[in-house]
Amino acid sequence: MSQEQPETLLVMDADAIRKAIRRIAHEIVERNTDLSRLVIAGIPTRGVEVAKRILDHIEQIEGVRPEFGVVDVAMHRDDLRRRGRLTAVVPTELPVDLDDRVIVLVDDVLFTGRSCRAALDAISSFGRPARVQYAVLVDRGHRELPIRADYVGKNVPTALEEKIRVRFENLDSVPDSVRVVRPVKP
Amino acid sequence: MSGWTRKDLLGLDELSAEELRIILDTAKAFKGVGERSLKKVPALRGHTMVNFFVEPSTRTRTSFELAAMRLSADVVNISATASSLQKGESLKDTALNLEALRADIIVLRHSSAGASRFLAERLQASIINAGDGAHEHPTQGLLDIFTMIEKRGSLEGAEVAIIGDILFSRVARSNIYALNKLGAKVTLVGPSTLVPKAFEKLGVKVAHRIDDILETADVVNLLRIQHERQRKEYFPGIGEYIKLFGLTKARAERLKPGCLIMHPGPINRGVEIDSDVADGDQSVILEQVTNGLAVRMAVLYLCAGGVGLPS
Repeated sequence: MSQEQPETLLVMDADAIRKAIRRIAHEIVERNTDLSRLVIAGIPTRGVEVAKRILDHIEQIEGVRPEFGVVDVAMHRDDLRRRGRLTAVVPTELPVDLDDRVIVLVDDVLFTGRSCRAALDAISSFGRPARVQYAVLVDRGHRELPIRADYVGKNVPTALEEKIRVRFENLDSVPDSVRVVRPVKP
Repeated sequence: MSGWTRKDLLGLDELSAEELRIILDTAKAFKGVGERSLKKVPALRGHTMVNFFVEPSTRTRTSFELAAMRLSADVVNISATASSLQKGESLKDTALNLEALRADIIVLRHSSAGASRFLAERLQASIINAGDGAHEHPTQGLLDIFTMIEKRGSLEGAEVAIIGDILFSRVARSNIYALNKLGAKVTLVGPSTLVPKAFEKLGVKVAHRIDDILETADVVNLLRIQHERQRKEYFPGIGEYIKLFGLTKARAERLKPGCLIMHPGPINRGVEIDSDVADGDQSVILEQVTNGLAVRMAVLYLCAGGVGLPS
């Protein structure tokens, strides 16, 4: 008997991802007049990649490149015992003085909202930014906390047991894609 | 991070190069926590760590305690004199009692080699070896190597000289195991009584004069003369030791410009190292202490998330 492969459904291809990120870049520029105060900060691993691409687009659109940042959430989660495996901890990179800054936090998928909560905690241990906004490539629903995104690439309604698989060519050596993965029925 | 599955850190001998790199990378991330305005993260909230030090220590015990606090764990300290070991309770019984109190992590310093492995095989709790006899002191080895890599970028091909009382040194053993795995070239330097030729079996060079390594070393790691472990027959006498092995000012001037001077502390000023040299530009002795905190945070984090002994 052959092992049954989980069913996957392509919801965004490379072109759709590029257009969604470009639209998010336009919306960020529209809402934030002072780009010199802006920090686009990704949540590892793929949120960092989305953040870099947003920065590329903003630079193309406006001719200036806002500051880049990384916000580690692994050490700010408090569910170490409940997780099956550890995620790598990476250094957080944020500007020294956050006081007048606007941080756009970037992640690939918004699901329970717990990563965002952990990222907000991480940011607050560095300082007090003027404002924090939240951008995600995919919002799949099923929030467990009162959190919403300011910028959304695509809303993808999912069942709880489904997964969202985001792949980027430069990280994963397969074409850019977002897929819904349905588990194999027993 | 599929590469880390251990619940315990017992020594560096049993770790792969990949596992060493995971700890060092994780420590790099945790080092940043010490530079924030709020120096605390919730990663180990709800975990209890017991510092169980049957041999005296200030810096290692304090470092583990601070590391646990920065990870939001609760910490209890037990010293040998204050424990029931004084009343004749066995190590195993004391440890079982700690586990019955739901300690998640036990940091053990003990005078017998293998004491931490003995507990790791019997308890559910994570056991971190903070020095077992003359066997290993893995977190000291890791912080030494973290400091070397932070300063130099890589250890591949680096000439590292470890000087002093190698025979009784768990710090030296942990350093040797890890340095070998990360591609450094190790030379042990000391009197033949304290650095027997047998160490060459570990894949290192042995020298009996500090002058032999001064011009070539990229790192000199000076070990403390452990007066409490010395017996007369091993040791030439302080004056003779300084003459042959002390890092005096004149000798320090012969080192390469970028050569790092390290010491695990506590320093015997004027014995292993001249006071001026210990406080000089090439000395990274206090940075080792700062890095020790980051390394211990990484070890606690990884072991708390680990899943049982490797078979």
